[in-house]
Amino acid sequence: MPLPLASFVTDANFIQILYIVAFVLFIVGMRQVTGPKTARRGNATAAVGMAIAVIATLLTPAVGDYALIALGILLGTVVGVPAARKVQMTQMPQMVAMFNGVGGGAVALISWAEYRHSLDVGTGNPPLDTLIPILFAAIIGSVSFWGSNIAFGKLQDLIPQKPISVPGQQILNAVLLVVAIGAAVAIALGQESPGLFILILVAAAGLGNMVVLPIGGADMPVVISLLNALTGLSAAAAGIALNNVALIVGGIIVGASGTILTNLMAVAMNRSIPNIVAGGFGGGGGGGGGGDDGEERPHRSTDAASVAFALIQADQVVVAPGYGLAVAQAQHTVRELGDELEKRGVEVKYAIHPVAGRMPGHMNVLLAEADVSYDALKEMDEINPEFETTNVTLVIGANDVTNPAARDVEDSPIYGMPILDVDKSEAVVVFKRSMGTGFAGIDNPLFYEENTEMLLGDAKSSVQEVLAAVKEL
Amino acid sequence: MDLITELTILALAAFVGFEVISKVPNSLHTPLMSATNAIHGIVLLGGILVIGEADGLLSKVLLVIAIAFGTINVVGGFLVTDRMLEMFKVRPKPNKDA
Repeated sequence: MPLPLASFVTDANFIQILYIVAFVLFIVGMRQVTGPKTARRGNATAAVGMAIAVIATLLTPAVGDYALIALGILLGTVVGVPAARKVQMTQMPQMVAMFNGVGGGAVALISWAEYRHSLDVGTGNPPLDTLIPILFAAIIGSVSFWGSNIAFGKLQDLIPQKPISVPGQQILNAVLLVVAIGAAVAIALGQESPGLFILILVAAAGLGNMVVLPIGGADMPVVISLLNALTGLSAAAAGIALNNVALIVGGIIVGASGTILTNLMAVAMNRSIPNIVAGGFGGGGGGGGGGDDGEERPHRSTDAASVAFALIQADQVVVAPGYGLAVAQAQHTVRELGDELEKRGVEVKYAIHPVAGRMPGHMNVLLAEADVSYDALKEMDEINPEFETTNVTLVIGANDVTNPAARDVEDSPIYGMPILDVDKSEAVVVFKRSMGTGFAGIDNPLFYEENTEMLLGDAKSSVQEVLAAVKEL
Repeated sequence: MDLITELTILALAAFVGFEVISKVPNSLHTPLMSATNAIHGIVLLGGILVIGEADGLLSKVLLVIAIAFGTINVVGGFLVTDRMLEMFKVRPKPNKDA
């Protein structure tokens, strides 16, 4: 007599119910991630949902070869856990790109294996309602895998951040796209060819590489988010091919939410997604606003002691941090400086531009890592009206997001990008390594304003000097 | 499950995806992207479902790699998101010295 429990847990309806529980946990988890107080719990909720979905799938009677499954999961865990544990917060964006890429790679490999299987069993091509999703998943999965690898390489400085383009780029991309889709159509029309399928994967791989290579480092967060959405879509397509509702729902939720998130990021940078994908301004590319006007314009330099003196007299100080702060690992020192000033009754706030750092929210993560209170972090719309009543603004390692040219100079390449109105505060101190141009290669008139003083040097040691000077006063 | 049912589920779930993140503070964009990134690692299930019927060494190798990739996506994605969010503590105002 079979154990009643055993037959119950492998029942198809029971497995579907577990999937439904998993979806509910995904959705509740994602909702919680959108609020600062519940975010961490939300991530854990979604992870529990995933565990339930995996267990439910393992219970499916048709599943076999548990040894190979265990091998795959073991390999993935051995690679994934230490990578996630050890990564520095400044390297978070490329880590997300890498995790996204392997997801896309998994989709492409599964669709390839599934196509081979349907040819092997001798029935020829699968029916169209399976075949078309397989072909779609193969193309998008492969694009996502290779595109994410390039994004990873660029952010990790393995590949130059500057846009890389070859002559005839657009034509080459068009050819790759036509080859991938043409081969897919040929298979859909009845060709039974593993070779054609490999051609699809290769052409899509070429496309993923060629589309991301010409995009500059500054646009990379939007690209990663876009690839994230694409991987979700390809997973949903694989779900239709495999008749698995968990894959459909999990994939499409990411596809849909990822599309919105991509758009939010692009809007924050005043970039349109088609413009980014078409390549362009991300790495300067010479063009209109280049900073080489021959000679340097006059700017005023200052020293740590003067800055410290101005700070302790202030009622309100705003810190506008940028990626330079993260690179210099100055976030802890900045927080100490803030604490020291607060002890003396100075109000300290942090102005966070939507794209400060390398990704929206990246700067919040870095400052939170340094124990800055979430309440002190102010978003751009909230802090901008306050600059007029701010005595001193410290711009630390930020450049383009404080560039008044984006507001005032109509032919500037970044015209229209929302900026922090730091120039409206009584005094501005810019902490900067040198007088060079920023990430976008555009000169910043802020540095030459009358109320601006430059404190040149490594951001961390400069802040340390200011902190020491404040403590002495 | 027939195609129409699957497409219905697809359409409805897409709307859930659109709605669920309509209002997100900028500060949480990166963690949210990272969390959704982990969720599409659900493609791991696809590898698990297909590997049993795979014949031939190449298919098996492809699928073991696919399962490993999916696992990296899931495990790494959730862990890294947790590390980011761990830092978002809403602390009381610091009023103690030292």
